Amino acid sequence: MPLMFHALWRYRYFVLSSVQNEIRARFVRSRLGGLWIILNPLAQVAIYAVILSNVLAAKIQGIDNKYSFAIYLTAGIMGWSLFSEIINRCLNLFIAHGNLMKKVMFPKVVLPAVVVGTSVFDNFMLFLAVLGVFAFLGHLPTWEVLWLPVIIATTVILGIGFGLILGVLNVFVRDISQVVPIVLQIAFWFTPIVYPLSVIPESYRYLLQFNPMYPLVKGYQDVLVYGVKPDIHSITMILIVGTLMLVFSFFLFRQASEEMADVL
Amino acid sequence: MSLMSVQALGKAYKSYKSEWHRVGRWLGLPIKPKEEHWVLRHISFDIRKGEAIGIIGQNGAGKSTLLKLITGTAQPTEGRVIVNGRIAAILELGMGFDAELTGRQNVFHAAGLMGFSYDQIVDVIPQIEGFAEIAEYFDESVRTYSSGMQVRLAFSVATAWRPEILIIDEALSVGDAYFQHKSFSRIREFQEDGTTLLIVSHDRAAIQSLCDRAILLEKGVAIKDGNPEEIFDFYNALIAEKENKTVSLTPTDNGKMQTSSGTGEARVERIAIYNSQAEEVDFVNVGEQIELQVEVKIYKKLETLVFGYGIKDRLGQVMYGTNTWHTKQVIEGPHEGGKYLFRIAFPVNLGVGSYSIQTALTDRDTHLIANYEWRDLALVFNVINTDKTFFAGCLWNQPEITVEEA
Repeated sequence: MPLMFHALWRYRYFVLSSVQNEIRARFVRSRLGGLWIILNPLAQVAIYAVILSNVLAAKIQGIDNKYSFAIYLTAGIMGWSLFSEIINRCLNLFIAHGNLMKKVMFPKVVLPAVVVGTSVFDNFMLFLAVLGVFAFLGHLPTWEVLWLPVIIATTVILGIGFGLILGVLNVFVRDISQVVPIVLQIAFWFTPIVYPLSVIPESYRYLLQFNPMYPLVKGYQDVLVYGVKPDIHSITMILIVGTLMLVFSFFLFRQASEEMADVL
Repeated sequence: MSLMSVQALGKAYKSYKSEWHRVGRWLGLPIKPKEEHWVLRHISFDIRKGEAIGIIGQNGAGKSTLLKLITGTAQPTEGRVIVNGRIAAILELGMGFDAELTGRQNVFHAAGLMGFSYDQIVDVIPQIEGFAEIAEYFDESVRTYSSGMQVRLAFSVATAWRPEILIIDEALSVGDAYFQHKSFSRIREFQEDGTTLLIVSHDRAAIQSLCDRAILLEKGVAIKDGNPEEIFDFYNALIAEKENKTVSLTPTDNGKMQTSSGTGEARVERIAIYNSQAEEVDFVNVGEQIELQVEVKIYKKLETLVFGYGIKDRLGQVMYGTNTWHTKQVIEGPHEGGKYLFRIAFPVNLGVGSYSIQTALTDRDTHLIANYEWRDLALVFNVINTDKTFFAGCLWNQPEITVEEA
């Protein structure tokens, strides 16, 4: 473990430049360039807002704004998109870098580090855009927004933990990359993102405690929509779960690494 | 302390009944792999500072796997590799280049992947740019590069810092002739400064001119470790000996091993060099007219017999070689018990040094189809310079130099 951090520190410059290159390369020939980081999730928000606003808009309570549904949606999607982007990137991380891993010796921990870097960068850009959009809609954030880094960090740890486990398994059982997007899609609809918690019948709400993303999405909504302190207790629980997943994923990677280079 | 120590190294590819069994095994469940396919086993050797080692072997002998285990991109199933120093590998040049980034950005990226910091990279950028000689393309995206330019840049990055161990995999022959020379001389400079070279190549000339030791891999086992010339002779014999014929080694007077192989239908009985006075000699003068005589006996009736020979220098590089197929003197249907004397007259247009004669008895222009006898170091002779102007090199190419005041 300390060896890994040492390697990460030694390769800090490489991680930074990879993040930079990846962001640069992604938009090298697109006209709107970096704007797509923001446009994609905002377009998603717009679609849900237009389609679902008549059905659900009235049910968002707790804020006084006629665009409340759009604001609620944006906060949830911002949290979810960070999580799902990390999962999707980790899922194919080793396969995409297979050639490199077979040819060049480098500490593998830099690969997830680059994912963290780019995803957090994207999410932060989205955050800035969201603040702008909210201001435009007449919704101003409170100081509780300062909790956001904690929520983001927890989301990242949970995402990397899950993602790396799936990524390692995916090298050997490629079906995983087909299954995961479906599972993510289901999980998305089982998290109160496009609908408020209140639409779930009271008797089924206990099921949400098995959804690790629920406290995080709720955290995003608490600080961005309602401007209240997030539920620190449940976020701490998720942080513990995420850390355990992360530790397990590193263990799994270590066990798998001998055979991994052989099948890539 | 040796620079690198390879200890009882082995690598097996494991297959399982189901991939979930594999996962179960990582988690400590007592599951056995269905099959273990060993590609490399019981490999041990030590490498000292400044050595240059060639690794040779046929395709599938395990050369690449061995290099991967040494560089650490693959992990051994058993045994270990201990390395005391930095390894740089020129395995697949241009790995990790991003086509959309410029040459300069890629240099930062690739050098970063080698573990260097921003400041360290900044320091060597001018040197890399200068060595690659790709001029203004350095700031263009790599997408616009020719493959030669990519190789130039990749080689320049890979060798920007002198490593303790430099691994070269068949990469010597890439790039244009000019850059090949340039990269070769950089490798030699490293070698002089104490870098250990580990070269995998089929290029006999490259290995014999750079290496002082060779390791022959065959079916995942290091079957021979020693002088490159000997190893290559053995290797060539091995290729010819695919159909369980014997390869034998006999020590010669000068301590080298004579390799002979073949099915034995025809054999060289006697070999000698005669000077113009018809005296048998081992020392000949530069430019002297000599005759090589080779007596061959037929042990079994053959359809055709071709005699070939080659003159090799001290390092085993062929100076000249031909055979009676090319000279259109194929012997048709030689009978059992027949004897032939091949008399090869030629002037010694060679530089001073020790040379050897290699002979081959085959049925056509290659020894790969029928190989009656193949003999390396069949005869060793020395060229001395008694009466010619002093010259360097292995070719006597008497010039006429005129000097005019202009």
